[in-house]
Amino acid sequence: MSTDAASAGIGDASRWRYYTLAPALTVYLLLALLPIANLLAMSVHDIRWLEGAAQWSFAGTRHFAELPRDPLVRAGFANTTLFAVLAVAAEMVIGFFLALLVSRVAAGRVAYRTIFLLPILLPGIVIGAIWKLMYNPDFGIVNQVLGAFGLAGHDWLGDKSLALLSVVVVDIWHWTPFVFLLLLAGLESLPQDVYEAAKVDGASAWAELRYITLPMMLPTLAVTLAFRLIVSFKVFDEVYLLTGGGPGTATEVVSFSIYRRFFTEDRMGYGSAISVVTLFVLALVIVLCLGALRRRTRTA
Amino acid sequence: MAQRGQTIGVHLILVACAISVILPVAWIALAAFKTQISLLRGDLAFAPYFGHFDELLFSRTSDYAAHFANSLLVASLCTLLVLFISTLAAYSLARMRWPPWVPVLVLTGSLVFHMIPPITLTGPWYVMFRSIGWDSSYAALIATHVALHLPIGIAVMYVFVREIPQELEEAARLDGCTTPQMLSRIVFPLVKPGLAATGILVFVFSWNEFAVALNLTSSATATVPVAIAKFAQEYEIKHGVMAAGAVLSIIPAVLLLLFAQRHIVKGLTAGAGK
Repeated sequence: MSTDAASAGIGDASRWRYYTLAPALTVYLLLALLPIANLLAMSVHDIRWLEGAAQWSFAGTRHFAELPRDPLVRAGFANTTLFAVLAVAAEMVIGFFLALLVSRVAAGRVAYRTIFLLPILLPGIVIGAIWKLMYNPDFGIVNQVLGAFGLAGHDWLGDKSLALLSVVVVDIWHWTPFVFLLLLAGLESLPQDVYEAAKVDGASAWAELRYITLPMMLPTLAVTLAFRLIVSFKVFDEVYLLTGGGPGTATEVVSFSIYRRFFTEDRMGYGSAISVVTLFVLALVIVLCLGALRRRTRTA
Repeated sequence: MAQRGQTIGVHLILVACAISVILPVAWIALAAFKTQISLLRGDLAFAPYFGHFDELLFSRTSDYAAHFANSLLVASLCTLLVLFISTLAAYSLARMRWPPWVPVLVLTGSLVFHMIPPITLTGPWYVMFRSIGWDSSYAALIATHVALHLPIGIAVMYVFVREIPQELEEAARLDGCTTPQMLSRIVFPLVKPGLAATGILVFVFSWNEFAVALNLTSSATATVPVAIAKFAQEYEIKHGVMAAGAVLSIIPAVLLLLFAQRHIVKGLTAGAGK
């Protein structure tokens, strides 16, 4: 009797194995894989709308040939790379520093963590709105504070040489808390007995950091770095609100070029070609990161 | 003594950082209560003014209340769907004895999809939905938001489902429990903390999402971030109204942060780095 029930259970389970996974796979199939296939097809076509139906005409590799000559795309890739490197480097350093500090304090840890979480939960658009007001050359708080110290203010978002850096600062404000949170979780899960042994041996705080914390945190640091680097290609909301890619192409990022070419200018085929190249570059970065991580974990 | 001085120093640095996180948010909250003139003069002391909220909520030029309702609808339905779909998938991958490559493939694919900038797929989504007559519909936006946030859901729920004691399931199987009974009586009740963590994150992220909503909605179906962006783009920027809209839009996130901080931390740390 009980074996009957058990075998019925197993037969039932093998069917439900598919049923339970099917909804998620359907979502990925219809909204990720199919659109990526469509994207590839669209990138070699010109597409027009005629009475609600898309009219496709073959364009060959014309869009891809145009890409390297497009000043918007060139600026987009150059700026995104610079943006990602600067922002993520600063986020890693500040985030790790803060995580080390918070992991050392006994009182107020929850309060600090709650406050530091705030930027992660705010809409990118609201963060853009906040900093647009703060950076305002006439009445923004940034220039007011500088003025109070007798320093000259700047047009932070309107000056070509400052605009990208100003956007980088906003990204640091937005995403350092996320880095902090992951690294703090990493620090909290480190085995404590090693530290006690070090204390008994009279190790200095610096030696502790250099020879215990850093080596043990290396995997977490590497994963966080790779993740932030790749995800920084997503930046869109803040740029949309703060600068719209300007002045000129000073803050043009890849996501924004795609949006402009595809939606604003209605060049759907060409916009898709930029997307394809972007995804290709990202795939390359992901493979490189995964490879590096795997090598690290094998030697460690 | 040196120890004590060090602790105070650490707290000083942390308090300074906490202030630099709060100050910008407080600044925009104050801006929402300043008159346009007081704003443009950069006054620090001012009498609170409610005109921007009045214009935002009750004037004929603003549909903020309707956008707020749109955001609520999209984020709530998206959250429910992601919770349901991701818990089933997580259970399937963690416990249903797939050959090992299946969970690896699905989880890796899911993570890679999460890392793709949504704007690269918004184009094909737009063409697809417009071709089937779903352009500017709630359904289209909800569907894309479900896809965008499913990776977080699956990653977080996978961690929680794996914590269910295996013996419990084996005992239930021996008692003749079918899979749907197992799901409704054991899995869903036991992963409630996971559902809370996932639900909060997905709701907030869907509520905040801008790049896709901007391109897949019309003025009738636009969500709050799209509405706020409009204020910033008008010929004469309405700084005060934009600030008021921003302040109202972050109320859900701030409330969740204050009352569900633990869940958020769990969700964010479980969802990343996996």
